[in-house]
Amino acid sequence: MNKNTVILIAEDDMGHVELVKRNLWRSCVENHILQFKNGQEIIDFLFGEGNKAKHKKSDSYILLLDIRMPKVDGQQVLRKIKQDSKLRKMPVIILTTTADLSEIERYYQMGCSFYMIKPADYSKFMEAVENLGTFLSLKGLRIPVITR
Amino acid sequence: MNKEGVILIAEDDEGHFELIKRTLQRAGVCNEILRFADGQETLDFLFIKGDGLKREPNREYLLLLDIRMPKIDGIEVLEKIKQDPNLKKIPVVMLTTTDDPVTIERCHDLGCSVYIVKPVEYEDFTDAVHKIGLFLSVVEIPQVSGFK
Repeated sequence: MNKNTVILIAEDDMGHVELVKRNLWRSCVENHILQFKNGQEIIDFLFGEGNKAKHKKSDSYILLLDIRMPKVDGQQVLRKIKQDSKLRKMPVIILTTTADLSEIERYYQMGCSFYMIKPADYSKFMEAVENLGTFLSLKGLRIPVITR
Repeated sequence: MNKEGVILIAEDDEGHFELIKRTLQRAGVCNEILRFADGQETLDFLFIKGDGLKREPNREYLLLLDIRMPKIDGIEVLEKIKQDPNLKKIPVVMLTTTDDPVTIERCHDLGCSVYIVKPVEYEDFTDAVHKIGLFLSVVEIPQVSGFK
């Protein structure tokens, strides 16, 4: 993945955010990481609603998205992104504790790139994020630029 | 990835296929791995047509898709999968030597999960496939029902 790609994390559990960030860094992901603590914040950022910082005119992003979040949940966020003619190109990886077969199907149907279940076990969770990080740091991984 | 899930590899170069398969297995992937030598074979399998092997209902599939293949190329395969209401949920990982921004954008527009450019050097290539394998072992893959 290009060093300029920004990793967006939408996750209300700050402990999980820190753990994800730390383990991405451990697997040599040096990209800039921005965090959002609910669905509304990430929508404000991506769609320029509200007074929050807005995404740049031309940049590449990958989103790690939790499902259960206050205000606007992950499902609404994913649907809004995948219905937008420009933002839909952005890869979205679901990172959730919800392990339900029909949920997994539904999110892939809506267009998520991958669905990952956060293991309840701490060391397994760390390992899963490290594997994600090693994958994201692949030189050949191409993330599209989103132009507004 | 669930043990029942099947990894489909559409790759016309048999040597490349064997190398990918072996490397995924070394990374701990123990899922069934099937090869399709061109786009037509891939579509026949997924759409349950022709005389060859056919997909089974209610199983999980993930596709690693090359672009340059005889008969039908990878872009057309991706387009047909993502236009089908039932098959569109299958995660498609583009794995190709084509490193062209227009093609990369087109594939993201059509709905590929990620786009990975194959490294040219042997060791870089196996290293990349190893990392893909580690990542696939921590993601969930959706089931595809039996009917078109």
